[in-house]
Amino acid sequence: MTGAIGYNFAYLDEQTKRMIRRAILKAIAIPGYQVPFASREMPMPYGWGTGGVQVTAAVLGPRDVLKVIDQGADDTTNAVSIRAFFRNTAGIATTTRTSEATVIQTRHRIPEGRLHEGQILVFQVPIPEPLRFLEPRETETRRLHALAEYGLMQVKLYEDISRHGHIATTYAYPVAVEGRYVMDPSPTPKFDNPKMDNSPALQLFGAGRERRIYAVPPYTNVRSLDFEDHPFRAQEFAEPCALCGAIGVYLDEVVMDDRGRRMFVCSDTDHCETRRAAGHRGGAFGL
Amino acid sequence: MNAISPGFADPALDGQCVFRAVMEALARPARPRRLAGLAGPPPPLTPELAAIALALADHETPLWLDAPLHQAPAVPAFLRFHTGAPIAEHPAAATFALLADPARCPSPEAFAEGTPDYPDRSTTLVFAVQRLSEDAGCWFEGPGINGRARLGTAPLPPDFPARLARNHARFPLGIDLLLTAPMLVAGLPRSIRVVAEG
Repeated sequence: MTGAIGYNFAYLDEQTKRMIRRAILKAIAIPGYQVPFASREMPMPYGWGTGGVQVTAAVLGPRDVLKVIDQGADDTTNAVSIRAFFRNTAGIATTTRTSEATVIQTRHRIPEGRLHEGQILVFQVPIPEPLRFLEPRETETRRLHALAEYGLMQVKLYEDISRHGHIATTYAYPVAVEGRYVMDPSPTPKFDNPKMDNSPALQLFGAGRERRIYAVPPYTNVRSLDFEDHPFRAQEFAEPCALCGAIGVYLDEVVMDDRGRRMFVCSDTDHCETRRAAGHRGGAFGL
Repeated sequence: MNAISPGFADPALDGQCVFRAVMEALARPARPRRLAGLAGPPPPLTPELAAIALALADHETPLWLDAPLHQAPAVPAFLRFHTGAPIAEHPAAATFALLADPARCPSPEAFAEGTPDYPDRSTTLVFAVQRLSEDAGCWFEGPGINGRARLGTAPLPPDFPARLARNHARFPLGIDLLLTAPMLVAGLPRSIRVVAEG
């Protein structure tokens, strides 16, 4: 095992890791409840995944294989630097393959391929409190969670319907975990909400600036809030991925030139590359 | 002269190993998994109880010890030396409770169950039992369990299933339970339900 000289394994000191680990254990025991923790300053600015990085650091062992994605992509600045951070401080192996990873840290996507048992998905969360924009006082939101009083959230979704004719919330779409705590699934597109339900993988959420950790254990019921006459619907895309031809996946828009040409490609780069390696071709492949 | 027996050979890596086993145990309840104990703790502290205490306890987490552990002078001395954790007089003040004789465990109500605003401020009980098996005992359902799971374990208090049911009825308040047997750990967090007695 090689780590950066002068640093503990996985950067954090042992007392900090124990504190984070205890918060993770309570988060798992109370699915969807936000456990306060003494978030540390990390060698990266808030908003770059300080919460996710602390959870990952507390969980990682020398035999783990780490994958980091940012909006589904393995090759963006945030993902590349977090992978390098843990290669340097923990000396662990990293990968871009979803199926090979034991720990996957993510900013705002859940991989397209089904995760398997034993995998841990770590979400970077900016604002963990789903009720925060409806009620700014922490003392009040805490009380609302204690009383399971989530009428405000239903009203917010209803206002969407009255204004737009449908629920216009497209990301950070609130979910109820095991019929009790309402939880912010972090700003993942609502497309990913159904993947949280009954997932074989353990899902951990870390919010560094807001100092909260929460969790969804494997095989846990996660229901997107909705109404009987306005049921939850994930986004649908009219076209397949322009590179690999995949349908039923989340697509990113890529602007091709200044004349309005654009294409839609898989947001999950590993999924797209794996499909192309297997011979799948989309309309714009090779252009 | 009474020397205090050693702790982890490598605190960072050994602590991580124990934590991952405990985390998996709570994330997938009623499924025993391997736990590397800490060799040579002062009896009646078992290698598994010692490993969990050293991996998770420190000066912020009062420990409560049951009578057999409390009465062996080497045990509190060992735990104080390695973790720095204060030894709690009352079970309700403890973050972790270690029990070498779980058959005489106080009722769950004796421990901290958290508050409605902060249900995480509750005691985690760690039992040293003699065996853990998946082919006998109560059936459980709940988060982390795909369908149903059963866990056979002994010795336990005679009204153990009723205690678990009472504990779950208080959700989100309640205690969380870790059961350790030689080389094994299983979790029964407050979130799971007893669906049938074995």
